[in-house]
Amino acid sequence: MAKQYETVIGLEVHVELATRTKIFCGCSTAFGGEPNTHTCPVCTGMPGSLPVLNKQVLEYAVAVGLATGCTITRNCKFDRKNYFYPDNPQNYQISQLYLPICRDGKVEIETEAGRKFVGIHEIHMEEDAGKLIHDEWEDCSLVDYNRSGVPLIEIVSEPDMRNSQEVIAYLEKLRMTIQYLGASDCKLQEGSMRADVNLSVREVGAEEFGTRTEMKNLNSFKAIARAIEGERERQIDLLESGEKVVQETRRWDDNLGESYAMRSKEDAQDYRYFPDPDLVPVVLDDDFLAQIRAKQPEFREEKMLRYKQEFEIPDYDIDIITGSKHMADLFEATVVLGSQPKKVSNWLMGETLRLLKEKDMDPEDICFSPENLAKLIALTDGKVINNSVAKEVFELMFEKDMDPEKYVDEKGLKTVNDEGALRKTVEEVIAANPQSVADYRNGKEKAIGFLVGQTMKAMKGKADPGMVNQVLREFL
Amino acid sequence: MKMIDMTAAELGAAIQKKEVTVKEAVEAVLDQIKKSEDTYHCYVTIDEEGALRQAQEVQKRIDAGELKGPLAGVPVAIKDNLCTEGMLTTCSSKILYNFVPTFSAEAVLNLQKAGAVILGKTNMDEFAMGSTTETSAFGVTRNPWNPEHVPGGSSGGSAAAVAAGECFYALGSDTGGSIRQPASFCGVVGLKPTYGRVSRYGLIAYGSSLDQIGPLSRDVRDCAMILEAIVSHDPKDSTSVPCQDSDFTSALVEDVKGMRIGIPRDYFGEGIDPEVKAAVLKAADALKEKGALVEEFDLSLVEYAIPAYYTIAAAEASSNLERFDGIKYGYRTEEYEGLHSMYKKSRSEGFGPEVKRRIMLGSFVLSSGYYDAYYLKALRVKALIKKAFDQAFAKYDVILGPVAPTTAPRLGESLDDPIKMYLGDIYTISVNLAGLPGLSMPCGRDAKGLPIGLQLIGDCFQEKKLIQTAYTYEKIRGAFGRPEA
Amino acid sequence: MANIISDETIEYVGILAKLELSPEEKEQAKKDMGSMLDYIDKLGELDTGGVEPMSHVFPVKNVFREDIVTNGDMREEILKNAPEEKDGMFVVPRTFE
Repeated sequence: MAKQYETVIGLEVHVELATRTKIFCGCSTAFGGEPNTHTCPVCTGMPGSLPVLNKQVLEYAVAVGLATGCTITRNCKFDRKNYFYPDNPQNYQISQLYLPICRDGKVEIETEAGRKFVGIHEIHMEEDAGKLIHDEWEDCSLVDYNRSGVPLIEIVSEPDMRNSQEVIAYLEKLRMTIQYLGASDCKLQEGSMRADVNLSVREVGAEEFGTRTEMKNLNSFKAIARAIEGERERQIDLLESGEKVVQETRRWDDNLGESYAMRSKEDAQDYRYFPDPDLVPVVLDDDFLAQIRAKQPEFREEKMLRYKQEFEIPDYDIDIITGSKHMADLFEATVVLGSQPKKVSNWLMGETLRLLKEKDMDPEDICFSPENLAKLIALTDGKVINNSVAKEVFELMFEKDMDPEKYVDEKGLKTVNDEGALRKTVEEVIAANPQSVADYRNGKEKAIGFLVGQTMKAMKGKADPGMVNQVLREFL
Repeated sequence: MKMIDMTAAELGAAIQKKEVTVKEAVEAVLDQIKKSEDTYHCYVTIDEEGALRQAQEVQKRIDAGELKGPLAGVPVAIKDNLCTEGMLTTCSSKILYNFVPTFSAEAVLNLQKAGAVILGKTNMDEFAMGSTTETSAFGVTRNPWNPEHVPGGSSGGSAAAVAAGECFYALGSDTGGSIRQPASFCGVVGLKPTYGRVSRYGLIAYGSSLDQIGPLSRDVRDCAMILEAIVSHDPKDSTSVPCQDSDFTSALVEDVKGMRIGIPRDYFGEGIDPEVKAAVLKAADALKEKGALVEEFDLSLVEYAIPAYYTIAAAEASSNLERFDGIKYGYRTEEYEGLHSMYKKSRSEGFGPEVKRRIMLGSFVLSSGYYDAYYLKALRVKALIKKAFDQAFAKYDVILGPVAPTTAPRLGESLDDPIKMYLGDIYTISVNLAGLPGLSMPCGRDAKGLPIGLQLIGDCFQEKKLIQTAYTYEKIRGAFGRPEA
Repeated sequence: MANIISDETIEYVGILAKLELSPEEKEQAKKDMGSMLDYIDKLGELDTGGVEPMSHVFPVKNVFREDIVTNGDMREEILKNAPEEKDGMFVVPRTFE
């Protein structure tokens, strides 16, 4: 009988923090600048430059630690991790090894198999590296240090996960928590959240862990699931054929669906960590922790419970809306402005989700304001515009946040409530379409739809379709 | 009195009184440089044009009444590991042979605010690693008292320039004695301030937890004046401490009555030159006669300071010097195949033997399996050494001893045996480990005519006690003079 | 000499430190490092049990910056000393990936 194997997975998740400036200097963290325009002597490793810690980085790291049930290290330090690579201008990365800011946390996840806890070994603060661009023409590489020194936290889990569903549930949970804190937008595709997978296999029932590998370059949940499956199979194949798994770092190629070892004889993987003498210890007192605690937001679970009690909207809607902090904020703010919760939810669940999907966007990227959504809902509630006009206006609002009242006014899109004008148009439509009129009178109920359409068209869409229907039936 | 024999304070006062123009002062010192630089080689870079231009600007501001300080218009030399905007800064290393910083060190900016005129950059041991200035990639500096002897190091160029009249004062840096020891060998005053007193921003790091910038000067008054100018709390340096008790010139008081002075017996044991011992003890007696309470005591742990120091300094240096890789600045090898070959060849060709020796040692003591046994052990010993000093300062205001076991050795005698060279630092390095202030001043000359240095060590932030004691001793001793050119 | 440094150790440290030593330099490095380590071993004579390693001499702590952008575009200065630059970036030998 074939042996049964269990997969053991731990994750190292890097999250780029949403600070305005870098971790150790006053350079902007904004995306998209020309190469090396967001750099200074500190983040390019100029001789004589020195780092000074951005306080916001510490506050975000502590907030994430508290939200994930960690113990906060009251006396923490930064260490240097020494390795040569061109994206690392000092050839050491400032990180934390000996006294990381957070330790021993856990988060609860839910999969089809039920609920479970995933332990968090530690969370530490560190700086990001620059970017290497390969110049195909000259067969060289180019270095851009705009990202060098952008603050990261690395969240190291315990090896508590057993399959890709759990891994994805864990990542979703982290993402949600961190987004709710406003500490990061956590986008896998854009690299503001990066997960390295540590994976080993062992026979079911075995006590000891197998030898693990570390998988890098996983840019989507799908890639993570595929890489986990691929690596599990690779390791089982090795063991089945009597070979050993080598502890190594591997890079996943999602196009090929396989991984390869990243090693070089010039990399000894001996980082010679030692406390950075240029930075002083961070000592946190009760007051500091109390301040951070007081600023913690309502997290998703609490929000879901409150929505159930406060708003009459379906559980499905609650799930989707609270699935994005931004969407939940938008929902609540619009309701506060006086819109009916169900109507707000309908706009989010319907048109918003449709457009997000169509444009391949993230809910965090929604740009329209609660004020404008509330105005749009008021316009339809008051029958100032009809539904099809509302959808048109919404699409423009989604594209580029704008005031729907003003737009409707300027473009003359208000529903015509002038019954005289409507009656006149209906008379004209009836006169121009004798065949349809005859069909209707002969019992073809469908024919009225055509006549409504013709009337709407003649009125440039600005009539209320219900009223058109009513008047038509009257005439016929 | 010749202009170049003036102290910085005398020159500064003469400039304020319009007896001398800044241009005249700069020209006098450039004249001296022309006469003696070929012999002593104190400088890596001399900026004649820039100095004359600065002289003009500073004079204008003095005439407009904007610059009234005692250092306004006084020409200064800067050690070549302090960044100077637009001026070559090499650390006396081939790997930075063409490096022109885009900003100036905070200490340099502070001097410029006080109206200093920068003459150029002084020679040093490569990356401040050495005690003789012989490890410079740009040639040795010679001792103005006897050109066959070394000026000490690593701030040898700064000390020699002050002694030779090639500047009125200089800045140096001290990681294990690099200001005090060359000051001692060249017969000038040198002070390593308390760690954190002077911003390290813009100082190209050797051992970050030990490095400190300080003055080299003609006398104690100048020393206090310069220190007052360069001390600042700098938000760019996390290890910079808020200023306290930093009106150093107020300590220029001729009075040591009741000053408790401890003499560590451990500093006068094996290896000390009898002439050095005699001169230092004579200075102690002189202070005692003026009312100081002088007694001997056992400091302990002295022989452990050197191995602890070399472990910590080498470890930090191995990491600090990783940034010199031929990518962003400095030397890049001509021929290479691929990235790692570029790194290795650039660094191997760019660094000299002493620097490589310390990088290798530092990388080793931090490497997997050795970190605890070497690096952490050294940090524990550092804690013990600090404690020993704390105990001493519970009893004494000032610790008095020699700066170095001998006077300046002859050129070429020191580099062969690294351990022997490191032993020369025995009285200075524990001061860096404990972060304390230490002052070096001449207290005599040996039979060869070479200066002997006296070291005064204070508790953290107690520079004023050092200055007061040194000033009093200087009055007893009388003018020390400069070497005959 | 109690510490015998092997060729492998010198090779390994050379990889860590990115230094390539000539055969003569290697021999010298073995000798120097061995005697330095013998000397450092002296620290073993001291009982440091219960002593905390001391990184900073003073109890300095909590030095922070506010999260405010203070730096503008410094690209020109940053690239000023580059041995080789292209399109506003530093040029390095091709990195494999």
